[in-house]
Amino acid sequence: MDIHEFQAKDLLKRFGVQVPRGGIAYSPEQAVYRASELSGDKWVVKAQIHSGARGKAGGVRICTSEKEISEAASWMLGRTLVTHQTGPQGKLVNRLYVEEATDIAQEIYLGFVMDRKEERVVVVASAQGGMEIEEISANEPESLIRSVVDPAVGMQAFQAREIAFSLDLDPALIPQAVKTIIGCYRMMEETDANMVEINPLVVTGAGEIVALDAKVSFDDNALFRRPEISELRDKSQEDSRETFASDRGLNYIGLDGEIGCIVNGAGLAMATLDMIKMAGGEPANFLDVGGGASPERVLKSFKAVLNDPNVEAILVNIFAGINRCDWIAEGVIRAVRELNLTMPLVVRLSGTNVEEGRRLIAESGLPIQTAESLADAAEKVVAAWSDTRKSEKGAA
Amino acid sequence: MAILIDTSSRVLVTGLTGRIGSFHTADMIKHGTNVVGGVTPGKGGIKHDGLPVFNTVKGAVAETGADLVICFVPPPFAADAIMEAADAGIKTCVCIADGIPARDMIRVKRYMRRYKAERRMRLIGPNCAGIITPGQAFAGLMPPHIYMPGRVGIVGRSGTLGYEAASQMKEHGIGVSTSVGIGGDPINGSSFRDILELFENDPETDAVVMVGEIGGPQEAEAAAYIRDHMTKPVAAYIAGLSAPKGRRMGHAGAIVSAFGESAQEKVEILGDAGVTIVPTPSSFGEVVAKMVA
Repeated sequence: MDIHEFQAKDLLKRFGVQVPRGGIAYSPEQAVYRASELSGDKWVVKAQIHSGARGKAGGVRICTSEKEISEAASWMLGRTLVTHQTGPQGKLVNRLYVEEATDIAQEIYLGFVMDRKEERVVVVASAQGGMEIEEISANEPESLIRSVVDPAVGMQAFQAREIAFSLDLDPALIPQAVKTIIGCYRMMEETDANMVEINPLVVTGAGEIVALDAKVSFDDNALFRRPEISELRDKSQEDSRETFASDRGLNYIGLDGEIGCIVNGAGLAMATLDMIKMAGGEPANFLDVGGGASPERVLKSFKAVLNDPNVEAILVNIFAGINRCDWIAEGVIRAVRELNLTMPLVVRLSGTNVEEGRRLIAESGLPIQTAESLADAAEKVVAAWSDTRKSEKGAA
Repeated sequence: MAILIDTSSRVLVTGLTGRIGSFHTADMIKHGTNVVGGVTPGKGGIKHDGLPVFNTVKGAVAETGADLVICFVPPPFAADAIMEAADAGIKTCVCIADGIPARDMIRVKRYMRRYKAERRMRLIGPNCAGIITPGQAFAGLMPPHIYMPGRVGIVGRSGTLGYEAASQMKEHGIGVSTSVGIGGDPINGSSFRDILELFENDPETDAVVMVGEIGGPQEAEAAAYIRDHMTKPVAAYIAGLSAPKGRRMGHAGAIVSAFGESAQEKVEILGDAGVTIVPTPSSFGEVVAKMVA
């Protein structure tokens, strides 16, 4: 789960990391009022969306007057910003964060990740802050400092000191840098974050270390024990199709194509998308119905798939281990009847109770195509989908 | 013995008295698995479906001589249950739970290093379908009838995609020595490399099918092992060719977040290491048949 910059900064502050003063605004008037609260003569207006690289998309503006703040706020609010992290559909700006401007003397990169190779938390830092980590590793790989944390004891002060000294900071700043690094690590541990990125962490002209931007994401599997973190979820930043599905307990990812998919098992679901693509179609979604799926759950899955207006055909692919093909078939039949499904539907069943499942579908008398194998299923659904497209074009 | 499990394995079920634990245990017994008992804290002393129930794994090991644990404990408590098995001297633990926090798995892996390598428990999973030596025994969720006994090993992250591979192989008359699900989590017990090494040293396995997916470094690590150490032929399929970058595709670990983690890159790395690539998920049968012919 991702959160906004202002939420991340609020959390970091609680763990002793310094952040610029700022406030939230939902309208240009509020933005101006926030600036007046902060006083000073230079502010930054920042669009709050779940994405980095907002600056290039116009989502970060430095302002020196009320008029500029009001104009920047009017431009950003209600706008959909597209960055290379949001995908082409972009993300809607509902909130702004107005901050006091910071006098930057030096920019540092500081990141904490759960490293899959080390199977531990790894701290990555570089004196070349401000650039994205991918750019730093491509252009300045020798500037990267890495430190692996032993989970038995957590991060130690000497590790933070080593990082701080490697960044060539003024010796007077080392205690502050150590406090910042340890603070980020503690936040990560105590909130079950799987990524904390401060980029840039800056040294100000006045000799302070401040987190100018912050990106934090959390382990979804640990949210059950972090209710205070779950509260930070902002559904407006998610794909509405995915929110619809996740509210119904389904594991769904929205994609750009026209062929809806209902599959059991994440690996088989990914493989099914691959097969559709190889057969010349484009999948509309990833959906794993999971193990032991009841007819109700299958019906729910159909609703989630059909919630996407781009869907023009559906493929159901089940290899039942703990699932039962007869239950799946029952769910499919109910979905076709209750939802008045008219688009092409191909069903491939295999595994537990397969004969019973196939019999139910055959006896239903409904226009459901069945397939024996995965390849057969993918080819049939793509063929049926392109046939309906052709006949619609012919009719028009 | 093929690897990890056979008729001589003495299987203990943690979380036996739950709905899922009871259901799969009955199936395991029906297919020949020697289940010696279960553990549910607080229910020690009772019989559940005819099996003795213990309060602790240590207590169960002392009474039954169990050497393999299948863990059906739900995600919030699974890490604790794995560590308990490791401390009780269990040889192999298969963990099914989908949804263990990554931080808990980091702790589990660190904890297991307390024990010397020769008595360190081998963890399979979590978030996996389990292990099966067809015709002998299994610990997990799989439908055993789709596997034919034979001499080709299977190791994969996904359960159902592993079934797909096994059933296609059966259609081509190819049997399985052991099939191992290593699970879809970013931090897991045994890696592809660990299981490949077991198959390489197993006299009853002639070739291996590997079923990988996007995300993480384990397929690349396996490729290096295959290139440098394996004499047996390996075929591999990688799921997620059409997966967009930065999206988590169902499995907690199935996300492309770094260089070398996409399906295309993994296919290339494995191909360069001399692995036979299974180009589509419906060609396991043909490709493996050709490889072992």
